[in-house]
Amino acid sequence: MALMHFNTASFDEAVSAGGAVVVDFWASWCGPCRMLGPVIEQLAADYEGKALVGKVNVDDEQALAMRFGVASIPTVIFFKDGQEVARKVGVMPMGEFTKVLDTLV
Amino acid sequence: MKYDVIVLGGGPAGLAAAIAARGRNKTVLVISNRWQDSPLARAERIDNYLGLPGSTGYALLEQFQRHAVSVGVEFVVGRAISLMQWEGFALTVGSDFYQGGALVMAPGVARAAKFPGEQAFLGRGVSYCATCDGMLYRGKRVVVVGRANDAPEEARYLKSIGCDVTYTAPSRPDGLDEDIPFIRAGRVEIRGEQTVSSVVLDGEALACDGAFILRSSLAPTDLLPELALDDGYIRVDRAMATSIPGVFAAGDCTGKPLQVAKAVGEGHVAGLSACEYLDQQQK
Repeated sequence: MALMHFNTASFDEAVSAGGAVVVDFWASWCGPCRMLGPVIEQLAADYEGKALVGKVNVDDEQALAMRFGVASIPTVIFFKDGQEVARKVGVMPMGEFTKVLDTLV
Repeated sequence: MKYDVIVLGGGPAGLAAAIAARGRNKTVLVISNRWQDSPLARAERIDNYLGLPGSTGYALLEQFQRHAVSVGVEFVVGRAISLMQWEGFALTVGSDFYQGGALVMAPGVARAAKFPGEQAFLGRGVSYCATCDGMLYRGKRVVVVGRANDAPEEARYLKSIGCDVTYTAPSRPDGLDEDIPFIRAGRVEIRGEQTVSSVVLDGEALACDGAFILRSSLAPTDLLPELALDDGYIRVDRAMATSIPGVFAAGDCTGKPLQVAKAVGEGHVAGLSACEYLDQQQK
């Protein structure tokens, strides 16, 4: 499955399924978020079948951003067994994400 | 937008690098603050720049700037707030981002140490980017720690989207809105538990949910944490190459003497080295 675009319902469904899920909280007016976009897309392609990789637009899904206390974007949160297990705030190289993801899949 | 070379900093080193790279027919983007805001523009008299004794810093910079424009160097005015190595280098300025094949760092010397608590709460209430994170603080109390000329504008932006803004700086800046409360303070400390809960200004705690710390530029290691330093200056070799392939550095950020002549020489070498790097990549 390619990159997902989550709303609250599809997010809850994906996370509660228990597998590894990576969620990028972003917004269109955030330059660093747009810059990170291709990295997240690559991550989705590289981990196809092993992890769900998706994005949450904090403009459209403010409640989700609030629920996870997202205070700065981009914020990338990793979930496993329905729980948050790690988060990365800000732009960072692909390796920082794969390092976490490899421990979850 | 993709350029061959991105230069960070529009002082003598950055402009010399940009002009050298244009001389090799590379496309060049310079990201910098307004040149009039450069510390050099305030130098009253420069007597040791070859052939031009007695110039003001302002006059020299104006001439350097005009030269760069005349050879086709492109400019964007603003603060680079994040950098990513991805198909070369990508840098964010406000809500835009720019890509380059090689990077020349010429941001001058970082003049301010971080505030206590700043690093610990980065991304947990401390932000360097009003455009990026402002929306997450609508209806909340934020403190703008103004250390850049454009900080009053950013404060106005935060207020306009519904943040409850207080502005602090060692002295009241020009252009700060009358209806934004101002607190005169020099010492700043960020406090909180999980996230920021207060900012301490000259010993007085002010409760808040977020702190926007706005300096004229980020330290090179904030943009590129793996950049090797020597005594706080960027480590370079004779080709002005840093420890990261494709990243070159020039001028005050590489160390003393902090002089225009040295900056121009280093910038020239860094610009040529960036071109050589790109040509090698092509092969």
